[in-house]
Amino acid sequence: MSQWTATPILEVPVAEGAKDQTMVLNMGPQHPSTHGVLRLVLEIDGEIVVRLYPEIGYLHTGIEKTCEAKFYHQVVPLTDRIDYLSPMHNNLCYCLAVEKLLDLPIPEKAQWMRVLLSELTRLNSHLVWLGTHAMDIGALTVFLYTFREREEILRLFEYVAGQRMMTSYIRIGGLSMEPPIDFFERVQAFIRTFPEKIDEYSNLLTGNPIFMNRLQNVGHLSAEDAIALGVTGPPLRASGVDFDLRRDMPYSGYEKFQFQVPVSQRCDVWGRYEVRLQEMRESTKIIQQALDGMPEGTIKAEAPKIVLPDREKMKTQMESLIHHFKIVTEGFTVPSGEVYQGIESSRGQMGYYVVSDGTAKPYRVHMRNPSFASLQALETMCRGRLLADVVAVIGSIDVVLGEIDR
Amino acid sequence: MSTTLHGKEAVLAEMGQHPALAALMAELPEALVDARWDRDELTLTVAPGQIVAVGQRMKQAGYLFLEDLTAVDWFPATAPRFQVSYHLLSHARKERIRLRVLLPHDNPKVTTITGVWPSANYYEREVFDLFGIVFEGHPNMRRILMPDEWVGHPLRKDYPVEGYR
Repeated sequence: MSQWTATPILEVPVAEGAKDQTMVLNMGPQHPSTHGVLRLVLEIDGEIVVRLYPEIGYLHTGIEKTCEAKFYHQVVPLTDRIDYLSPMHNNLCYCLAVEKLLDLPIPEKAQWMRVLLSELTRLNSHLVWLGTHAMDIGALTVFLYTFREREEILRLFEYVAGQRMMTSYIRIGGLSMEPPIDFFERVQAFIRTFPEKIDEYSNLLTGNPIFMNRLQNVGHLSAEDAIALGVTGPPLRASGVDFDLRRDMPYSGYEKFQFQVPVSQRCDVWGRYEVRLQEMRESTKIIQQALDGMPEGTIKAEAPKIVLPDREKMKTQMESLIHHFKIVTEGFTVPSGEVYQGIESSRGQMGYYVVSDGTAKPYRVHMRNPSFASLQALETMCRGRLLADVVAVIGSIDVVLGEIDR
Repeated sequence: MSTTLHGKEAVLAEMGQHPALAALMAELPEALVDARWDRDELTLTVAPGQIVAVGQRMKQAGYLFLEDLTAVDWFPATAPRFQVSYHLLSHARKERIRLRVLLPHDNPKVTTITGVWPSANYYEREVFDLFGIVFEGHPNMRRILMPDEWVGHPLRKDYPVEGYR
């Protein structure tokens, strides 16, 4: 089975007579604008990209294998570590998949909290994208502004979950704990001023001639190519495909929220910039609706054999102590079957494929991460364009190498 | 509908009008080995030799987008040991289906579907890398996540989770 040989990366000859003019350039893995350890092998003819070959796997830690050795509830902290910019999306997607296997109904308040946190995560991720993308292009200032707001979001995460980045706040059956009393006021205070902040970024970038020239008509990706190459999320919508899982295949109560799905027909890097900026405004609206309509009630499902009991109950009630002991030491069994759960993460369609064989450990967990597929479209977007545009295109598909390599 | 339907006959009797099933039964009835409706998800088990033809029919039936492709190793079982799962999405119907191919323990291989969905390229490389399933006709059947000189396929169930091999 393992009898195979590694082939040289660029062995296929390019256009007739062009071979002696081209050179192979290695970009990364340690390159500031590859957003992590992404290595690109580029064949260039002068300044023009002839071929581009992404080389990935530098961050592969075998998370899918590790998941198979853990109890279902122990997998939640692993999912945080896949994508450091949107941990809550990974938590949510995994928990929804397991809840689907268990057929476990989730209380309404937990669902609304999940939507709220999921949109805060989207803002967090888009802010980092905007800052680093603009920095790649040469607009350093924006980075400082976006990280100012991102810090606020991380403080909110810390306040609600106790952790800034690896939150593990969304658990199977609900949330890990009640949000603090004044959490909603703090989110409200943040959301009240946030639309002005988006205007501020927009003022810095949207009319900026250098930024516009670097982004407009660069990295063209048609709708057909986007679908064929597995591109999802903002890059897909910037190619004119009006599809968003939050609206079209709602999960976790998204059908109760009113929001627009921004779509652009530009098919270029600028279109993706516009779509993401507009998405941040829509996320703000969703968060506002979640705050206004936050239902009363519990944040954990009524399933004592699956959800860990409250600390108070555990210390005062024998029954809860037994359940706690059983869940921690033996986990809980999940009926056998296979499910695929998709959500719209900040980067596109994320999917968790969980296979259960009826035991307390998942038989197989597979993550479909949007960046992994979007990276395949990189060559289509860059071929025949300038080398300097590669940096803009990488920024526009917003790759996170942690979720590509897993 | 939240019932569970097991077996080809039960699924065909209950939901024969489903566009994916209708397209398959009209043109390639022999390719469908088994079917299941479970937890609101339709799973169609397809004969390994027919996966490309089935993929083309599904694409014509509106399942334009290959969302995911991965494998499962049912290790102690050998007759079919590996399962390759294809998740297809229809933007118009707002619905997914799962195609499934079962492969034997010895020399597991299946024809590539990169001709139908180019996005399968990375996924098939990943499955080859981590499970050792060969996709015949793939344009670049090399490891993608593990180092090129790695021996073994880590997501197989007989590959240890920890310690030295």
